[in-house]
Amino acid sequence: MSTVATPARGPRRRRKATKLKRRQTRLAWVLLVPSLAVVALVALYPLGKTVFQSFTDEEFLALNPASWVGLENYKDLWNDTIFRDSIWTTLKFTVITVSFEFVLGLTIALIVNSSFKGRGLMRAVMLVPWAIPTVVAAQMWKSMLQSNGVISDAGVRLHILSEPHAWIADPSTALAAVCAVDIWKTTPFVALLLLAGLQVIPRDLYEAAEVDGAKPLQQFWKITLPLLWPAIFVTLIFRTLDALRVFDVFYVFFGNRLGTQSMAIYAQSTIVGDGYVGYGAAISMAIFLVIALFVVIYLTSQRVVMR
Amino acid sequence: MSSTCMKGQTRNPSPRKDVEEVKHASVRLIAGVAGALALVASLVVAAAGTAGNQAQAAAKYPAPKVPNAAAIKSEYGGESITFIGDSVGGSHARDVALAKQFTKDTGIKVKVVPHPAASDASYSQLARVFASKSSSFDVAMIDVVWPGAFAPYLVDLKPKLGKEAKQHAQGIIRNDTIDGKLVAMPWFGDFGILYYRTDLLRKYGYTAPPKTWTQLFAMANKIQTGEQQANDKFYGLVFQGNSYEGLTCDALEWYQSAGAGGFIDNGKVTINNPRGVRILDQFSAQIGKVTPRDVTTYQEGEAHTAFVEGNAAFMRNWPYAYSIGQDPKSSKIVGKFSVTVLPHAAGKSVGTVGGWQLAVNKYSKHVDASIEFVRYMTSAPVQKFNAITNTNVPTIPAVAKDPAVVKANPYLKPEIASVLRVTRPARDLKTHYNEGSKAIYQGINQILNGRPASSVLPSIESKLNRILR
Repeated sequence: MSTVATPARGPRRRRKATKLKRRQTRLAWVLLVPSLAVVALVALYPLGKTVFQSFTDEEFLALNPASWVGLENYKDLWNDTIFRDSIWTTLKFTVITVSFEFVLGLTIALIVNSSFKGRGLMRAVMLVPWAIPTVVAAQMWKSMLQSNGVISDAGVRLHILSEPHAWIADPSTALAAVCAVDIWKTTPFVALLLLAGLQVIPRDLYEAAEVDGAKPLQQFWKITLPLLWPAIFVTLIFRTLDALRVFDVFYVFFGNRLGTQSMAIYAQSTIVGDGYVGYGAAISMAIFLVIALFVVIYLTSQRVVMR
Repeated sequence: MSSTCMKGQTRNPSPRKDVEEVKHASVRLIAGVAGALALVASLVVAAAGTAGNQAQAAAKYPAPKVPNAAAIKSEYGGESITFIGDSVGGSHARDVALAKQFTKDTGIKVKVVPHPAASDASYSQLARVFASKSSSFDVAMIDVVWPGAFAPYLVDLKPKLGKEAKQHAQGIIRNDTIDGKLVAMPWFGDFGILYYRTDLLRKYGYTAPPKTWTQLFAMANKIQTGEQQANDKFYGLVFQGNSYEGLTCDALEWYQSAGAGGFIDNGKVTINNPRGVRILDQFSAQIGKVTPRDVTTYQEGEAHTAFVEGNAAFMRNWPYAYSIGQDPKSSKIVGKFSVTVLPHAAGKSVGTVGGWQLAVNKYSKHVDASIEFVRYMTSAPVQKFNAITNTNVPTIPAVAKDPAVVKANPYLKPEIASVLRVTRPARDLKTHYNEGSKAIYQGINQILNGRPASSVLPSIESKLNRILR
């Protein structure tokens, strides 16, 4: 990735560059052409096609060719209450899961970063939820969250619940249920990324701090956290983008149920279920914009914090 | 989207020394991940061990031989085709047994791929293949409501199978004939029936199954109250309440049996009417009372599992569940249940027509070999085999009257088999059937989850009107 960055900064340096450097830059571009072509083919072409489709009335099984409808799809989308609901559902899901995963993941990362007996085993075991395919895990949780499942049963036996509860069926607990599964599954991944960040922090900084008499909490705020920011940002961006695109858990838990659709579920059911490719493309573009907005927010705040 | 991730990464300053250290750390972490993955893999293998049971049930009755096999072999032997088959209950084992026999006799290899259990997911899968003009499968099972939508992508079977088609129930053949082309062959029929526990009815003093929905709710309530004292997982009634195609089928039965029409009648949307409101509110009031609260997430599988494990007094389901209930390996209620027509309210008892057809992909590279496979799979001997080993309703009336078939399928008794069959509004919705059905089942699922019917039906009505316009 750092090689990608070099030619991008090229123009600024070119004026001062020697002949040799210029030749190297040219070589770099030549060497990059194949990979840029691949990116154009697998990323830009589909994206461009989606943009184009979003201005047409293309349908899956329609026999007459699609025609240009201008902004018609976007006008419909603006008034589409189901899509608006799906945005809210996804945003709530994202905020809840990412914040829980971050706090829990950081705690776990700090724990397994300290040295204790059986640390290696601990690190392996904590990854089990993350290693299970999401669809399989979601099926498991779905049966556990039924009113006759393990969770209600345990709740009643421990007198936490007065009667068995149907976590997924009841609209008031449905979102909490799906968040819980995602948090269970993805916290290890967050912990893993943060752990990698923690291990880069040089030990001698802590030794020096101890000599200066800094308490553990002071060490955390003054050394660990500032040096962990890069890892934290990568983690949060990854998780937020993933959460905004969430599909599999929602699909297993709710299928096509109204009121509990994520944005991706709505796009999928519009395109693949109903066959409205054009309208679905407009939904995809809207999702793209929502996600892009989050990326901009993150990158801006990253620049502010890291300064 | 991934390109935006990359941007985020490159902007993170990462001095080379740190990178080296990260590498060491990540090697250790990768070892950990590998260990965890191995653990998961062993779990999956352990779970797969239980799948083979149902295959044995079919072994008692051998798959029929392919007639005229030598001629087919000399013409198409060695070709291989892909068949998108069934996945509910023991149906995949049935498909595999039949495909094996077909390959043995004709030399045509058949790869059997089970379709997604939810029929709307299965529809999507096929639509995707057709839209991309792919030959990735040759033969597929298609739902009784799909021929209209898929017709342009299917082979006309009339020239080669026209004679065979005459044996089948002509109502289904008409359903499968679009613009004069026979685009699919009937494979098995289906209709909704009521399963009930004979032992429990007797125990609580009932001599006959319920005739009306009100009776059913009362009986379910009484039995549930009694049984829950020993088994807190016991409920009176289970059905298909999830937000999916199956709920459209169940709700159509409620509507028609209450004299509330068929959602769309004579090209007009009729779903929003007082009788409909009443029957939906009546059902909604039973959720969590005589049904599990999460019956609104149940598909066929969850319903039959609850019933055969002895956790329900009544169940609405398709005939396939009968063979599961009779199989001692999967059922705790062998010999303790029976079937009858569904109850009614202000109307007559009805059953929603389900059922599956076999169709050949227009883009297939082995059309003729595929047609031979369809000829075999929809033949009378195979329908008899399916009815006896897997309780599938034959679409050939002569097979349905066969004494051995009736013995294995009590719902083929004249009084049940003659129940009024009602069809989903596929003819009106045409290529937008899926979207229309989605509007219906999503809305009704909301009602079952607690919204009053009178507040939801108008929005279903306007969605359906928009599709018909």
